[in-house]
Amino acid sequence: MTSHAAAAEGHAHEHHYTTTGLDNRKVAIWSFIGSECMLFASLISTYLIYKGRSVVGPLPHETWTDPSTGAVFKPILNIPITSASTFVLLMSSLAMVLALAAVENKDKPLPANAGWWDRQLASSKLWLWCTCILGATFLGFQAFEFTSFVHEGLTLRRNLFGSSFFTLTGFHGAHVTVGVIWLGSLLAIDYKRGLRPSDTLMVDIAALYWHFVDVVWIAIFTLVYLIK
Amino acid sequence: MAEHAVNPDHVREHPTWKQYKWVAAILTIITILEVWAYYIPAFVASSAFVPSLLLMSAVKFAIVVMFYMHLKYDHKLFRVLFTGPLVVAAATLVALVFLLATWIR
Repeated sequence: MTSHAAAAEGHAHEHHYTTTGLDNRKVAIWSFIGSECMLFASLISTYLIYKGRSVVGPLPHETWTDPSTGAVFKPILNIPITSASTFVLLMSSLAMVLALAAVENKDKPLPANAGWWDRQLASSKLWLWCTCILGATFLGFQAFEFTSFVHEGLTLRRNLFGSSFFTLTGFHGAHVTVGVIWLGSLLAIDYKRGLRPSDTLMVDIAALYWHFVDVVWIAIFTLVYLIK
Repeated sequence: MAEHAVNPDHVREHPTWKQYKWVAAILTIITILEVWAYYIPAFVASSAFVPSLLLMSAVKFAIVVMFYMHLKYDHKLFRVLFTGPLVVAAATLVALVFLLATWIR
């Protein structure tokens, strides 16, 4: 083996390249995302199969009156609030791609006429903070929604809608929580030693996970909240 | 061995800041259209409501996957790793909903 080949092999070990020429960490995250598609498809299927089969309220889109007490339960889903949280999650995806671009282009010098905005665009810390805050805001919306549902009488054990709804959106919320913690760890690295272009893959993997959480919500928003 | 092991050129060209901005604008507009459609009773009652919502959702899904997740620009193996399970998951979802929804009735 020549010294060049030996050096190349060392480089390969450092970067975990597979025989496909692709980094195995990126292959792993795409495989993981593929498996997650199946997990969420099963949860969404469960929700859709049980949709409209609850024998007691509260119900998602219809008013329900308890025949024994006469208590009236209004439709429980709050579309304006959920639309706002959907917008927040979509914007967090924009912030995430800008964080990735900032890390990727960190070594590239800014043009001589670069203004304040151009310098901000190149800050990975700013965009990672934005993504973290937007993700945490989405979780805040979800916590508010869950709390108000419980106050209005919808719990995990109340009816089929409650069980399937809390399971589906709870799993999604847990994924968002993991994403926010992951982004927080990237921010900590950025503050400790600074994220460099050589860290692009590390940020890219976190970004892929974050965008996946976003696309799952796109499906949930339509199938659970908007379709009556 | 080495020529298989080292190929750092798998990272392709990514969209620019302007493209990202446009993608975000399109996603926002589609979301507004979805919510707007929800508040039009005549449209909700029509047979076009569900298909149009599903179509808008699918467009948003595809845009995020292609541009934000860079699948349009990335290696084809990643496309296979994502779309393969996605197709299986979607087919399973449709089959389960049709089979069980009919069976439970």
